[in-house]
Amino acid sequence: MDLPTLLTVVVLAVFVGFEVVSKVTSTLHTPLMSGANAIHGIILIGAILVAGQTTEPLPLVLALLAVLLATANLVGGFVVTDRMLHMFRGRNPAKDNAAKPGTSPKEPSA
Amino acid sequence: MNLLTAEATALLYLVVAVCFILALKGLSSPRTARRGNLIGAAGAALAVVTVFFSVRLENLPAILVAIVIGAGIAAPIARRVQMTQMPQLVALFNGVGGGAAALVAILELAEHDDGWVRAAVVFTLVVGAVSFSGSAVTVAKLQELMTTRPVVFGGMRWVMTAVVVVLLVAAVLVIATGSVVWATVLLLLGLVGGVLLVLPVGGADVPIVISLLNAFTGLAVAASGVVLNNVLLLVAGTLVGASGTILTRAMASAMGRGVAGILFGAFRGGSTAGGGAVSERPVRSSGPEDVAVMLGYAQRVVIVPGYGLAVSQGQHTIAELADALEARGVEVSFAIHPVAGRMPGHMNVLLAEANVPYESLKEMSEVNPEFRNMDVALVVGANDVVNPAAKTSPGSPIYGMPILEVGDAGQVVFLKRSMRPGFAGIENELLYSPKTTLLFGDAKDSLTKVLGAAKAL
Repeated sequence: MDLPTLLTVVVLAVFVGFEVVSKVTSTLHTPLMSGANAIHGIILIGAILVAGQTTEPLPLVLALLAVLLATANLVGGFVVTDRMLHMFRGRNPAKDNAAKPGTSPKEPSA
Repeated sequence: MNLLTAEATALLYLVVAVCFILALKGLSSPRTARRGNLIGAAGAALAVVTVFFSVRLENLPAILVAIVIGAGIAAPIARRVQMTQMPQLVALFNGVGGGAAALVAILELAEHDDGWVRAAVVFTLVVGAVSFSGSAVTVAKLQELMTTRPVVFGGMRWVMTAVVVVLLVAAVLVIATGSVVWATVLLLLGLVGGVLLVLPVGGADVPIVISLLNAFTGLAVAASGVVLNNVLLLVAGTLVGASGTILTRAMASAMGRGVAGILFGAFRGGSTAGGGAVSERPVRSSGPEDVAVMLGYAQRVVIVPGYGLAVSQGQHTIAELADALEARGVEVSFAIHPVAGRMPGHMNVLLAEANVPYESLKEMSEVNPEFRNMDVALVVGANDVVNPAAKTSPGSPIYGMPILEVGDAGQVVFLKRSMRPGFAGIENELLYSPKTTLLFGDAKDSLTKVLGAAKAL
């Protein structure tokens, strides 16, 4: 990438980031943090590329460690965000989540 | 395998970048948020598939094993963790992401002799390492493996200055020579720097630091996109960096402080944790039955949940109490301060977990003008976020912090553990007001008693 292209991409991405995130309600700030956290787990792509080009043993071990850590960041981040967002429901909860195991055992009392 | 041409790969990465933007955009409403997150996850999966088909990769079996292990460790933890421990988990995942970015950067160093690409390597190394070790300290603080108070030792300022100076020298050397030895020194200094950065931060400010480190990791990933000549990493990292920066500033302003004040406040002696003086002035306290009567015969009740509710795990009980009151025809809403809980918006997640519908959750700006129409404000385990000192006494450490104006309500009920001041270490005048009633005890126990009494009305 040459410098002008690079700067173009960065500047546009900054604007998109500011624009998109400034619309997030404070109700969803924790999922936002967690979702953004999941997205930077995409460093996994870089880790895979590096691990796929190494032949020396020590760099390979380090690269595989990077793959492992990045996968944990990516997978864990999306899973935990999904779990959080699953809990946000409106006043009339749909029936489809009543039968799910592991959700709240509480029955509506009224 | 290179089944995909460079162009096809670039286009697929563009699709992934769009998925990530949609994932963040989905969070503008609870209705679309979950779908957005799933789109983001699908994008990530597409990216991983793409990379396998775009270039010839050595060590394929080992890479797949590492992926399976990483996912096999993270997914069950993410699925089982308690919602009150969410901040620790986010910090943990953030830290490992930063660590991965730093490792990728140091391994790529040998491939480049271009000065500004080496500068990007240096940036990724330092920021990734700071994020890794800084996150480790925040996890330790939140999990209470170490003290949550600011940790400052004599001469810390000088140690920090020395670290920064050596770090700058090492950075210049790496950029000039591409030396892996100096890059390793840089990595280690980054790790030390992360610890030194987070140690002086007090417990209540830790969430802001998590958000800041999250933004840092995003920037490290963006810089590694430069190093690897990969537009997807550049875009995704920049998105996270930008969103993390906004979120950090929003949080800091919700607490009425600057980000610099939070990071370096402890050095100036203005520690975030205060004393613990208890005043002898009389207060009005009463039993759970009285509180139940007050709530049960009101028309409008607003509940103000705080940190004390979160630590006593009382969110389910308070949701039940709200249900019981609504069954009696009382209008119940929840007023949420942006920094209630252990993370911004954390209280919303905890209440969502307890099945409180999100329409009942009112944000500060929305609810403040409504307090004067409320018969009772029930404050559970919150203190600083309702303390009028933030508006009235300029000398107070929380002066300037936006608060929930519960004092405007007809009556105020505080569920408190004791008269000890809140985290900021200052007294709350509201506790001595004639319209205030106190109910002492653990939030969950008190709520259970109030709930029982309310049901018996």
